[in-house]
Amino acid sequence: MSDIKKFMFVNRKAPHGTIYALESLEVVLITAAFDQDVSLVFVDDGVYQLKKGQQTKGIATKNFSPAYRALEGYDIEKLYVEKESMEARGLSEEDLLVDVTVLGRAEMGELMDRQDVVLSF
Amino acid sequence: MLHIINKSPMTNSALDSCLRVAQSGDILLIEDAVYAVTSGNVFESRMREAMGRFNIYVLQPDLEARGFADRLIGGVSSVDYGGFVDLTASNKSCQSWL
Amino acid sequence: MANIEVDGKTYETDEEGYLVNLADWNTAVANYIAKTENVEMTEQHWEVINFLREYFEEYQIAPAVRVLTKAIGKKLGAEKGNSEYLYGLFPYGPGKQACKIAGLPKPTGCV
Repeated sequence: MSDIKKFMFVNRKAPHGTIYALESLEVVLITAAFDQDVSLVFVDDGVYQLKKGQQTKGIATKNFSPAYRALEGYDIEKLYVEKESMEARGLSEEDLLVDVTVLGRAEMGELMDRQDVVLSF
Repeated sequence: MLHIINKSPMTNSALDSCLRVAQSGDILLIEDAVYAVTSGNVFESRMREAMGRFNIYVLQPDLEARGFADRLIGGVSSVDYGGFVDLTASNKSCQSWL
Repeated sequence: MANIEVDGKTYETDEEGYLVNLADWNTAVANYIAKTENVEMTEQHWEVINFLREYFEEYQIAPAVRVLTKAIGKKLGAEKGNSEYLYGLFPYGPGKQACKIAGLPKPTGCV
């Protein structure tokens, strides 16, 4: 059976300032229903999506950050963060809401090359 | 003059341009621009340097939304929406760097 | 937009009958919505409704049916964590129908 394709979602935008992060998350949750091989990648400002302690009450928008912790229940367990992006923002793995695999930029590039479908947000 | 920035300094040149062009005054960071004044960010040193010429403010609700309420660098004043209004009123003009 | 009236109080719902404001939910509202869905609420129904409310509280999303089924199985046992059991309680779908009664939004991915 080779019906399963490798899907990668590339997240490069900070949450809240634009709708990209939320839209990406919704597409990911829907894609989960199709039993594909899904990877989520967080590079550049996309790393900020996973920052712990987000409290959106003051800006009166939906705090969707807890939903990243639900991904495991959706069998989406491949989460990758680019090391350089994380460090440039003064963040470490302890600052993130979920367990991720940290990859250097070269490894990230190779991982991208191995995908069948790459969706960018 | 009040300069308002709402884009992340890592992905947009608005803050960079503001710091290059403007000479003094107040800078208010809102929305994704708040990342500029979080500790450990590569932009931190630029902001520390800018503090000599500008009064730097950050919108607290935007900082909280992004999970950085406890990572604000020293020398930056946080304001709420009322403070935002006060800044626009106390400055004779206002420039939003879109 | 539409409204429902329960015990003299008016609650806002969308055109499909889902509560607009999460905070509006209470057991009286749940019972009312269940009645409109022809679901007679039993202890087993409440178990699922309460589970959904807790799930939403923690993750801020309504789980997809598959995810709900698995999670129920984990928490309440395999005899409850299967489609037959859950569809038996909520014939129009443990996602759509149970979420409506629980006052949650329609699960992402449900059309």
